[in-house]
Amino acid sequence: MPWRLLKFGLQSEHNEPRFFPESKPLKSHYDVVIIGGGGHGMACAYYLAKEHGITNVAVLEQGYIGGGNTGRNTTIVRSNYLTPEGVKFYDTSVKLFEDLADDFDLNIFYSTRGHFTLAHTDSALRTMRWRAEVNKHQGIDSEVVGREEIAKEVPYMDLDCNGHAPVMGALYHAPGSVARHDAVAWGYARGAYNRGVEIHQKTRVTAIRTQGDKVVGVDTDRGQISCNKVISMVAGSTPRITEMLGIRTPIEIFPLQACVSEPVKPFMDTIVVSGSLHVYVSQSSRGELVMGASVDPSVLHSTRSSFDFVEGLADQMLDLFPFMSRMKVMRQWAGMSDITPDFAPIMGKTPIDGFYLDAGWGTWGFKATPVSGKTMAWTVANDKTHELIEPFRLSRFADFDLVGEKGAASVGH
Amino acid sequence: MKLLDCPDIGKRPISEFDYLGEIRIPPSDADEATWADYVFNRDNAPGVLRERWYHRPTGRWFILERNTLTDEVVGLVDPADVRYKEPNYEVPA
Repeated sequence: MPWRLLKFGLQSEHNEPRFFPESKPLKSHYDVVIIGGGGHGMACAYYLAKEHGITNVAVLEQGYIGGGNTGRNTTIVRSNYLTPEGVKFYDTSVKLFEDLADDFDLNIFYSTRGHFTLAHTDSALRTMRWRAEVNKHQGIDSEVVGREEIAKEVPYMDLDCNGHAPVMGALYHAPGSVARHDAVAWGYARGAYNRGVEIHQKTRVTAIRTQGDKVVGVDTDRGQISCNKVISMVAGSTPRITEMLGIRTPIEIFPLQACVSEPVKPFMDTIVVSGSLHVYVSQSSRGELVMGASVDPSVLHSTRSSFDFVEGLADQMLDLFPFMSRMKVMRQWAGMSDITPDFAPIMGKTPIDGFYLDAGWGTWGFKATPVSGKTMAWTVANDKTHELIEPFRLSRFADFDLVGEKGAASVGH
Repeated sequence: MKLLDCPDIGKRPISEFDYLGEIRIPPSDADEATWADYVFNRDNAPGVLRERWYHRPTGRWFILERNTLTDEVVGLVDPADVRYKEPNYEVPA
């Protein structure tokens, strides 16, 4: 391999197949423009082309593919939510995830691990029971388990948390999985490209042009485009897009930080979450522990990571895994979470005709990648809100008809 | 350690503060749509926000103007500036 790499480096021409096309000039018109080349944007482009035959589509990404929250999450996929609306939606996503590798002909390292949400208090355990019942009613594999079962599945964990927050039980969700997040975005992008979708990286949208209440085009730093349909799928940058159109939303941006440890031998094949300790952890296929916490306390439009985060996270992690005291943190980073008051996304049509929103993904966006792409593509193709995302419409706030998903956010916020 | 540079008491560790969010003035007499807008919607694009911060060690409240793109505190707000008259709610009989 090193020889091949050296030879490759010394060649003046590289004939290796490109995963993505080189950038072309923008066309003057597209049927649909998708803002944001992350998992959601690519999935939407893929399903628009594959299921609805709409291929005159441009995906505009200000950075690079999957470089935003798609590449910054902790890759957990699960569907054990609290509300029937949420459970149905995320379950559809889990089922789509299971077939993605075949659809893409690309290994997305989808690994079903089993997901424990630990309860350290009576009230947490009560919410777990509630979630388990809602889940079972919707046909989801989800149950409350006791300390013995947890001890058997996660043998290296200190269930007494050094005495100050003993684990009383857990919500166990067998289909809980991890996947390689970059590959999900790349797989969708390649699939969309092969069907005729144009992907433009390093292309920033500077304005969205309207006539009356109708979208007529977008301005970018590479020129103007005319189009009748624009979908914003930019997660943490959503307020910058909605501001262009004067659309008001309840989204607030909080940084969410995560880190990985140095790689160690595989010892944990489950995903462990503790709402009370504000931590979640899984071991990647490379052996690194992927760890995250709750969002930062104050609004900030920035992806800077802080020492306070690692310090606080280590403090809590050591309660669960005392042996980790000698492990080193290898990388840390932050993403911008677009949090909504009811911890559910905002999807579908908006007051502007031809402008569709896929936002409010807070800390739960990666697991919804396939289903959000599919339902948004359907919504745009039919100009009618898909039934799965009807509860997540923007107008629910004006109607005082919120979803109430807070109890199922992986950690307390 | 991350510090918050409070114009009144200087640089203090961020962990000493509680964040109480943006200060907004409720509408005094409004229809349901205006109320829903007040209750849920936010001025959420990057910019300067007036926010409440509580400094736990001294038990003091501050209203700070902070740039939410750069995380810099740009000013201290006099509470008189954000005072508003409580609306006269009609209590249904």
